[in-house]
Amino acid sequence: MAVLLLAEINGADLSVDQTAKAVTAAAALGDVTVLCASTGCSGAAEAAAKLDGVAKVLCADDAAYGNGLAEPIADLIVSLAGDYEHIVAPATASGKNILPRVAALLDVMVISDVTGITDANIFERPTYAGNAMQTVQSSDATKVLTIRTAGFDAAGSNGSAAVEDISAAANPGLSEWVEDKVQTSDRPDLTSAGSVVSGGRGVGSEENFAIIEKLADKLGAAVGASRAAVDSGYAPNDWQVGQTGKVVAPDLYIAIGISGAIQHLAGMKDSKVIVAINKDEEAPIFQIADYGLVADLFEAVPALHDALD
Amino acid sequence: MKVLVPVKRVIDYNVKVRVKADGSGVDLANVKMSMNPFDEIAVEQAIRLKEAGKVEEIVVVSIGIKQSQETLRTALAMGADRAILIIAADDVHTDLEPLAVAKLLKAVIDEEQPSLVLAGKQAIDNDMNATGQMLSALLGWSQATYASELEIDGDSATVTREVDGGLQTIKVKMPAIVTVDLRLNEPRYASLPNIMKAKRKPMDEKTPADYGVDVTPRLTILGTFEPASRSAGVMVADVAELVAKLRDEAGVL
Ligand SMILES: Cc1cc2nc3c(=O)[nH]c(=O)nc-3n(C[C@H](O)[C@H](O)[C@H](O)COP(=O)(O)OP(=O)(O)OC[C@H]3O[C@@H](n4cnc5c(N)ncnc54)[C@H](O)[C@@H]3O)c2cc1C
Repeated sequence: MAVLLLAEINGADLSVDQTAKAVTAAAALGDVTVLCASTGCSGAAEAAAKLDGVAKVLCADDAAYGNGLAEPIADLIVSLAGDYEHIVAPATASGKNILPRVAALLDVMVISDVTGITDANIFERPTYAGNAMQTVQSSDATKVLTIRTAGFDAAGSNGSAAVEDISAAANPGLSEWVEDKVQTSDRPDLTSAGSVVSGGRGVGSEENFAIIEKLADKLGAAVGASRAAVDSGYAPNDWQVGQTGKVVAPDLYIAIGISGAIQHLAGMKDSKVIVAINKDEEAPIFQIADYGLVADLFEAVPALHDALD
Repeated sequence: MKVLVPVKRVIDYNVKVRVKADGSGVDLANVKMSMNPFDEIAVEQAIRLKEAGKVEEIVVVSIGIKQSQETLRTALAMGADRAILIIAADDVHTDLEPLAVAKLLKAVIDEEQPSLVLAGKQAIDNDMNATGQMLSALLGWSQATYASELEIDGDSATVTREVDGGLQTIKVKMPAIVTVDLRLNEPRYASLPNIMKAKRKPMDEKTPADYGVDVTPRLTILGTFEPASRSAGVMVADVAELVAKLRDEAGVL
């Protein structure tokens, strides 16, 4: 049984963490062929070939795939689909953009955000912002899944799979890329960081968010935010954690000035240790925190920063 | 230009979800239902386009149980012009799969011929995040998901999308499917006079059979269960105690 896994690619580089975790999930289903589709993706293909459990890497190097546009990449996957029983991608913004399109073109259902694999047809996934887990059985010939990577360990990188260059499929030419506004930072990636420090509406302003970032930098942590903080312009959209933001499961998650709405908890409640700092002792976040501190964040956060010296 | 907006009736986002003890699903009997929040944003965007003179007619479509007409009335009260209700289930616990919904929407679109579909990026009940993409595939239309900005210029639309690394702007050919994210706009509340007016706006009632669409599910839900629960830990008195606990007890520092 064969699995085609769409690699997560940023620019021309393999997003190793997301892809390696999806490989672990996919390897439970059969021999994994990784598809790298981008411009100048031979480096990404080499990196994917090293992941343990990968049988083969296909490299489709074409300008049409350079910016992750859904239509041409979906058509490419469909052109390859006949050889595979499972088509898999990490449940990133990109994977979730492309795979439902693939599924519809194949006339099958997509199964989004898979957190567990029972067998070739039975999968577990969260619904209702993670408040109800479902076990579903697919009756489709091809199973198309996105994998919520937070729950899987990354595959090692001692492999040496063969890389095969493949040609591009026809480009339907429905959309074109204009620009990316991507923040580059030296901080760890939010979805793979060992620690995350998140700020909410309680932080009060974009300027004040600096104290959250300072604490994060002290801990070598990624920075996260609630939707309220993002909507208010305190933090960029790609920091949002939650049902509609990123799902994280670090060893340490520190929620500061965040009330703990279910939509936020959906993105962080699988963290190993949760710390909450909030001035309202009734805040729901304390019901799931391992360590709660009722305090004004403007005193507690700088004090915590200094105490870590 | 005509815009079509699919809207879904879902559990209100403020309601605490309860999994039924027998594992057969989530209890939806007697709970508050509302329009899926992302769909409200899609309706709002359609109305703003109409107010800006770029759109002539807004057609809203809901697929589900008969009570989905309440959701359509809400959309009409906000400012949509006309509604189509496709009654595809008689039990609130039956959730049509995105593939079936996309096929029904395609059939509606074949008749209505809109230039733009504005849809929510995901429904907060099944959290599939799939219907817009599937519909776009079935129609062979361009697809712009997770929109936080939308500009229509003639036969193309420029869409800024919320992606993992930040924002991406793409230009798509019309007709297009755009799925909307939270930051596109803040939906309005319907005023009382508009709620009254909405009662007289046209609403067609259909069934999947009218469109010849097979809605048989592809996925069998074998069981629904509560996630592993987390219990509250301890409250610490001050920063010093917090640091001590994190260092010595949790071992994460
Ligand atoms: C469809 C939908 C999807 C959503 N998706 C997400 C999502 O992905 N992620 C997300 O986060 N939210 C999401 N939300 C929003 C969610 O419902 C909440 O509104 C949001 O999480 C609240 O953010 P918050 O906790 O920062 O703000 P609030 O709820 O306003 O809480 C602020 C907290 O800060 C505390 N505070 C204030 N000042 C101080 C101080 N000086 N010191 C200490 N504490 C202080 C207050 O006591 C309060 O508890 C979604 C909502 C909907 C409808």
